[in-house]
Amino acid sequence: MGETLPRVPKGAKLRSDTWSRPVRTLRVKMVLLGSSGVGKSSLALRFGKDEFRTASPTVGCAYLTRVVHLSDVTLRFEIWDTAGQEKYHSVTPLYYRGAHAALLVYDLCKRETFIRAQVWLKELEKHYIPGSTVIWLVGNKGDLAQDRQVSVQEGQALANDRGLSFTETSALSGDQVSELLQAIAHRVYECIGAQQGGLSEWQETPLVDLHRKGTFNPFASCCKVGP
Amino acid sequence: MDGEAQRATASWENGTLAPVDRLRFERADSPTPGLVEGTEPGAGQKSAMFVHAQSFEDLTAEAEGEAQREALLEKSETDGAEELEVLNIASESKSKEEDVSSEAWRSHRKHVFVLSEAGKPIYTRYGTEEALSSTMGVMMALVSFVEAEKNIIRSIHADGCKVVFLTKSPLVLVGVSRTCQSDKEMLRELQYIYYQIVSLLTLTQLNHIFQHKQNYDLRRLLAGSEYLTDNLLHRLDRDPGLLLSAVTCLPLASSARDVVSASLQAAKAKSLVFSILLAGDRLVTLVRKKDQFLHHIDLHLVFNLVGSSSSFREGEGWTPICLPKFNTAGFFHAHISYLEPASSLCLILVSTDREDFFNMSNCKQRFLERLSKRSAYQALKEALKCPSYSVAQVGIPELRHFLYKSKSSGLYTSPEFPVVYQSDEEQERLMGLYQELHSHLHHPTRPLRSFYRCSKTENLLAWVTSGFELYLCFSPLGTKALAVAAANKLMKWIRKEEDRLFILSPLTY
Repeated sequence: MGETLPRVPKGAKLRSDTWSRPVRTLRVKMVLLGSSGVGKSSLALRFGKDEFRTASPTVGCAYLTRVVHLSDVTLRFEIWDTAGQEKYHSVTPLYYRGAHAALLVYDLCKRETFIRAQVWLKELEKHYIPGSTVIWLVGNKGDLAQDRQVSVQEGQALANDRGLSFTETSALSGDQVSELLQAIAHRVYECIGAQQGGLSEWQETPLVDLHRKGTFNPFASCCKVGP
Repeated sequence: MDGEAQRATASWENGTLAPVDRLRFERADSPTPGLVEGTEPGAGQKSAMFVHAQSFEDLTAEAEGEAQREALLEKSETDGAEELEVLNIASESKSKEEDVSSEAWRSHRKHVFVLSEAGKPIYTRYGTEEALSSTMGVMMALVSFVEAEKNIIRSIHADGCKVVFLTKSPLVLVGVSRTCQSDKEMLRELQYIYYQIVSLLTLTQLNHIFQHKQNYDLRRLLAGSEYLTDNLLHRLDRDPGLLLSAVTCLPLASSARDVVSASLQAAKAKSLVFSILLAGDRLVTLVRKKDQFLHHIDLHLVFNLVGSSSSFREGEGWTPICLPKFNTAGFFHAHISYLEPASSLCLILVSTDREDFFNMSNCKQRFLERLSKRSAYQALKEALKCPSYSVAQVGIPELRHFLYKSKSSGLYTSPEFPVVYQSDEEQERLMGLYQELHSHLHHPTRPLRSFYRCSKTENLLAWVTSGFELYLCFSPLGTKALAVAAANKLMKWIRKEEDRLFILSPLTY
């Protein structure tokens, strides 16, 4: 890359990967929700770049993308990594509305974050159209299992009870993270991709003409709330 | 030009603080004749980029109104000494980070406390708020006690300690300092902290919260942002920009800067109000909507947000932000991202529309494409390799360091610290000396036009005119005559270098 700019050639690269077999690329909006400090940004960074760094608290929201290739389709994950801090909660609906995948992240060493994840679940269910969002419960910080406060069984039981998927991960070690993304990709494609108008197609330059009718607008259904 | 005239008068009153006739005389004697506001080195050619702030006075003007309470202050001085003892003994609870009853906690140079009008702790620089609830209760009691007499408590001076109060309903800010800072300097710092909090929540939201629940624990909403306040306090000790109410620029050839500015100008959108390109703590360029000005305080808050947080490195950030000097009532929405992952170039696009993320992201792409096409990007990256300059370039052997602020552009320039001021303590000490000079030049009742001070470690000269403020630090072996000659020589050097050191042609969309 050297002197070239980082973001410009992304679309082009994608196309050259897939030139031989014209595979469709679909956009998937994914949101990470959960308390402050449970590792949402670390997970997002693992998803996006497979790196780990200790991060300062997220300010507002961070946006990353990651392309996942499935056998017959390519999914372009547009990941909204929200801030866990309470002062930003009023803007969070911007990010989870219309999301195809929502990750409810908790820290398995902190029970209150598990409880908080359930509050987020209730919040999501208010706006949730069944079958339109894949909700995944994620117990993070698996590397600190010796300080565990929430057992695997509890997480699994909650997930079973509310019809969610469940995974325990470690963003620090990378354990189960890429598996999680693959699993989400499959699930989203199975559940939503098949539906009429479920996922929109990714255009190489979707940003050039924002006001074109019919393109995917992640904020399309927003009403004015929050700050 | 009505506005121009008004500005000029305002600056006569507040900016220069020198009698008009004296100023005229000085101008005649000035090394660069005609050196009035707007023509000094570094003054923008077209229009100012920032709100035309009366700089320091602007920031403390509100406090000035209460300046007639000196008598009370004298009276409370003796009581204060006792109270302060009580404050420290009263808090017995131990904190995890730092024991607030320890000598170490007490001997910090500067404490800052924020509390609600109900006396609930909101922020402390050292220790934990829980451990200080009774201390803060006493602080609030002092404020209320004086208020009950239809009076305002401003400061308590006792035992080498200064306690300064700033009441900004619904918040109360208290600074406790062992430094030789003036009350006014302390107030300025407290104001910054106040604006920092407002920028996270808006004043409207703050008022709303406390109207509904007087004893609300605001720490809930500020949780996870304490580091912003911590960092801002650190900056206040070290960053000359906060002292001078100005910002500094990345030294860059004006041709390259103009291309960068033009590229940024071209990447506009309807909701876009400000586009700011930073290199670390230095401004590369700023493009603004016509008739909209960014205040230097707001810009420093943005600098602090970007500089304190690593979260913008990993993706594109999108956050509500209130720019309190622009509007305390509402949020802007800032798209914050680095041009390249490891680069120090950070682009901030301030929009009025919270649903405009993709639009802003698109603006950034267009800016990048345009920039890379025109090869200015390479020049910019070259410039990043030497973001500062050495004082040796000026060619005045006895000159160690200086701060120069162009008043009309709100920009300042300063070389890197020389070898004698390499350690953090030495740099903070020098900043402390500059602060002291600054408070002499901006004294509320007896402002000085110039100030020369000799000491064992360095000689200092400060000089303010309607156009600029200049602070110089010399080796202790020099003389006053040498210092004055050096100041004149430096002014000529800055004039020669001004198109590299300053943004002379700011753009609007």
